[in-house]
Amino acid sequence: MKLLTLNFVTCARKSCKTLPAAFPLHPRDAELEIVEMELNPKFLVNILPRVEWQALRTVCQELGLPTLPDIMPVQQDLLQPPSLPGRESESQEGEAEGEGGSEEEDALQKPSQTAQDLHRVLLETTIANGKLVCGACGHEYAVKEGIANFLLPSHMV
Amino acid sequence: MLPTPSTDHVSFDRVYEPAEDSFLFLDTLSCDRETTFLRQRFAQCSNGDHASPCILEIGTGSGVLLAFITAHSKKLFGRPDVLTLGADINSFACKATEETVRTACRESTPYLNPGHGIYLDTLNANLGDALHSGVVDVLVFNPPYVPTEDLPNPSDHESYNQFDHGTTTFEQDSHLLALSYAGGMEGMEVTNKLLDRLPELLNPQRGVAYILLCVQNKPQNIKQRVQNWGTSWRADTVGSSGKKGGWEKLQIIRIWRSADP
Repeated sequence: MKLLTLNFVTCARKSCKTLPAAFPLHPRDAELEIVEMELNPKFLVNILPRVEWQALRTVCQELGLPTLPDIMPVQQDLLQPPSLPGRESESQEGEAEGEGGSEEEDALQKPSQTAQDLHRVLLETTIANGKLVCGACGHEYAVKEGIANFLLPSHMV
Repeated sequence: MLPTPSTDHVSFDRVYEPAEDSFLFLDTLSCDRETTFLRQRFAQCSNGDHASPCILEIGTGSGVLLAFITAHSKKLFGRPDVLTLGADINSFACKATEETVRTACRESTPYLNPGHGIYLDTLNANLGDALHSGVVDVLVFNPPYVPTEDLPNPSDHESYNQFDHGTTTFEQDSHLLALSYAGGMEGMEVTNKLLDRLPELLNPQRGVAYILLCVQNKPQNIKQRVQNWGTSWRADTVGSSGKKGGWEKLQIIRIWRSADP
């Protein structure tokens, strides 16, 4: 289960839905696994506005991952300024990007260290096994082989 | 025609096999009318909002539909940067979905399909129970719509849902398959639960839902019910099949909110 998924989920109990303490769920005894994925800085720019930044910071802290900045990075923090002319060959970069916008511009924009760090946290860091705990009711949801089980026992529905 | 994702690896003894309803969904989402609608609704930088849309499929089964949406996100939404999530009550379906989506994305050829979406996860969950309010931009649901006397017994589910790398029993398989089709009274008992929470699940501005219904579900009543939620709510039939008759005439309705009065 990717850490970005935690941004979209909360406790499955109806009574917890409106309680701020039910979000984010807190990982416990989490066994992390890195699953590599190609980095696309333009994707990251569009994903970030969906992210509840403070919740993500909390989750990273609880997992013992490097601390994220206090304030959510903006587009300029993710794309490095164009490299100096002639410093690097740009022969194939344009083709690799291929999608939308000005290809010339894309070719010049390389992911910054911040983008690489965020990509690693949001899309490559996964919880392989462990638990997700609701901060409101304390219910524990198991994660096994990367799949989180949000099914409630019938007396809790 | 966009290629249909392969589900060759899935055991259909305990996971719903793609059928007419699944294919109606693929055809409807990829028809010109719907891609035009989705592209307009999720165009980047309209009113400055460039956030990636979040797509949730409830009841992914084999994963054929979620894989189709993920692999062809550029064609369907006009942008590849969509986030896709699945949910299924059947843990075997969750596993199957993972593999179907991964395979479809891996096999999507770059020149035909420049960039697929970002598949997040498939949650083992009942309907949209695990989702945070207001986060879903597009919800797709091919529900258990067949009218049946009973729904599968929920108290059996925990044991029947176990990952067990050994064999499964006939009772276990029957239970898991019944979850994919048995809809109880008028085939609507499960869909009604989802409809009850739909306005809260969907993003208040962008949210859209596609739900498949059969004629016994009384689609006209359901569309009326949605319109009763308020003047901004809309519900339209956007795809149908089985026009020759028979007991399983299918249609897909689109539910959304319109800014126009």
